[in-house]
Amino acid sequence: MSVLSVPLGAGRRLRLDARTSLVCMVLAMLSLVVGVASLCYGSDWDRPADVLAALRGEGPIQVSVTQWRMPRVLAALVFGAALGLAGAIFQNLTRNPLGAPDIIGLDAGAYTGVLLVFTLTVASEATITAAAMAGGLGAALAVYALSVGAGFSGLRLIVIGIGVQAMLTAINSWIILRAQLDVAISASVWQAGSLNGLDWVDVDGPVTIIGVLALALVLLARPMHQAALGDEPAITSGVRLGPLRVLLILVGVGLSATVTAIAGPIVFIALSAPQIGRRLAAAAGVPLLPAALAGAFLLTASDLVAQWLLAPTVLPVGVVTTGVGGLYLLWLLTKEIRR
Amino acid sequence: MSGTSHRGATLALVGGLILLVAAVLVSFTVGQGEVSVPEAFRALVSPDAGDDAHLTVRTVRVPRALLAMLVGAALALSGALVQTLTRNPLAEPGLLGVTAGASFAVVVATQFLDVTGQVATLVVAFVGAALAAFVVQAVGGADPLRLLLAGVALTAVLAGFSIGIRLTDPDTFDTYRFWSVGSLAGREQLPLLVPCVVLMAALAAALLLGRPLSAVLLGDEVAHGLGVSVLRTRVLTLLVATVLAATATAVAGPIMFVGLIVPHLVRRIAQGSITWLLLLCLVTGPLLVVLSDTLARVLLETGEVPVAILTAVIGGPMLIWVVRRNGAVGL
Repeated sequence: MSVLSVPLGAGRRLRLDARTSLVCMVLAMLSLVVGVASLCYGSDWDRPADVLAALRGEGPIQVSVTQWRMPRVLAALVFGAALGLAGAIFQNLTRNPLGAPDIIGLDAGAYTGVLLVFTLTVASEATITAAAMAGGLGAALAVYALSVGAGFSGLRLIVIGIGVQAMLTAINSWIILRAQLDVAISASVWQAGSLNGLDWVDVDGPVTIIGVLALALVLLARPMHQAALGDEPAITSGVRLGPLRVLLILVGVGLSATVTAIAGPIVFIALSAPQIGRRLAAAAGVPLLPAALAGAFLLTASDLVAQWLLAPTVLPVGVVTTGVGGLYLLWLLTKEIRR
Repeated sequence: MSGTSHRGATLALVGGLILLVAAVLVSFTVGQGEVSVPEAFRALVSPDAGDDAHLTVRTVRVPRALLAMLVGAALALSGALVQTLTRNPLAEPGLLGVTAGASFAVVVATQFLDVTGQVATLVVAFVGAALAAFVVQAVGGADPLRLLLAGVALTAVLAGFSIGIRLTDPDTFDTYRFWSVGSLAGREQLPLLVPCVVLMAALAAALLLGRPLSAVLLGDEVAHGLGVSVLRTRVLTLLVATVLAATATAVAGPIMFVGLIVPHLVRRIAQGSITWLLLLCLVTGPLLVVLSDTLARVLLETGEVPVAILTAVIGGPMLIWVVRRNGAVGL
């Protein structure tokens, strides 16, 4: 359980842990329920009994459940968790709720990489993923290099990130405007972020990458939370800040760029999921597990809404995440100010 | 506040004006069909009605340059007023969701309520901008970062709704495209007299606010001593800033970053004087938008890049440069 170790006395800390575990369990249950509900929804609702039968490999809707809906639901769960984790990493690094990869330009950079591969070369799954990683890392490097100066200031990094993000988004629009029409259309479907038409072939590679990165993150979680407390407490407790930051940036960019390569820039999950998880768990830092579970729940629920809301038109899930994530964040901010 | 203490500002103002005139002249020559600078000048002073080039310059490029100047001035002054009043270096109509509110209100009004006409559109844009400003303020409170967070959230929500509206009704696609990314292309052909008059009036009002605003910034008691009503100045400043942002958005669609960058660029030169800050913004804002709008016509062989894309490409690095130079984002 990744809870910030706040020295408030044993009893207080126990209570924090209990609340975090409860929140995690509830979020996991909710994600599971929404995931099962998504399995039931195709062109229309199917009975859960039929879906269960299909999962056992029987019944009339077996193919559509296991071959069409299953990869999409799995992608929503895993990608949502990856985005939540990436957001939590960067919010801890910058010590700021605005420091999410979709705000500071990393998603936009990954998308620039994807667009360049699309317009300049023949795109394959491997080149797209590599280009997304390279683009995200390039943007991260640019933001980091530009914000390193007199010390490491989270606020300055975010303002610089917003500048980089605006620039890259504009460049992305320009690339799409310049591109051939057919390329432009397939690229602009992605621009909002979408899980439409995902297959097992598209999903297994990214899920593996995300799994490996998440495992690496488990090892980094403890020093990350110590570093989030401030430079000095981190150094005195034996954390080497430089290498830690580089590793965390690599993992964070890897997580969000993998999602962007497959599904396009799905904004707002990385920004809102860690904050939602943090507030639900009443934690002092930005804990990882609630962020991942909140992200998984948000993206799966958003994808279900995206399929159902304007049926038969299937919205890109990014449209719903901006709506839902944004509204929820506004609500949370109001609640916080009234307190 | 003698002239000598602001020699740098005076020089910058004159230099900015010269650059602005040069940029406007260049903007007359660039576009579909190149026109030389002397030819463009002749089109202004002794027009030949039969000459196509003269016709282009007089009916398309001059009005468009005027629009670009007005929009640039309005966005820059709006940003300067809000940044100064709230002491929030990140306050900008674009980032705080005000332009998003204005453009979304216009989309909804034209799509569902059949609103047309200059005045009606303007009122709708203003209501949308004011509502967005109110919501962001209510959610964000006084903390600059939380305010920005609220603005980003609201902008994203409205963008999501806009895409939803677009997908339900493909006919609005073209209208929507304009209202999602600000552009001046073809806007000069529309009847925009009312917004332009409103913009001029609001710009004048903004300049008049410079003195009372400086008094208010010195503290409530100093302001009282100088005979300035604190409440009235604050309300008027917010009102003028909202009118400027909303009208500029109604004219050109949402253009981000001009209101953020221009005040940051000239704040050092103004040396703490609000009036000089506003004056310098009045020149630098138009300069930025005219240059962006000129580049927008060159960068794509098949048409035009929306000007908002250009301001973002120019604005991003400028923002980074200002933040790096100042060390922090403090005022």
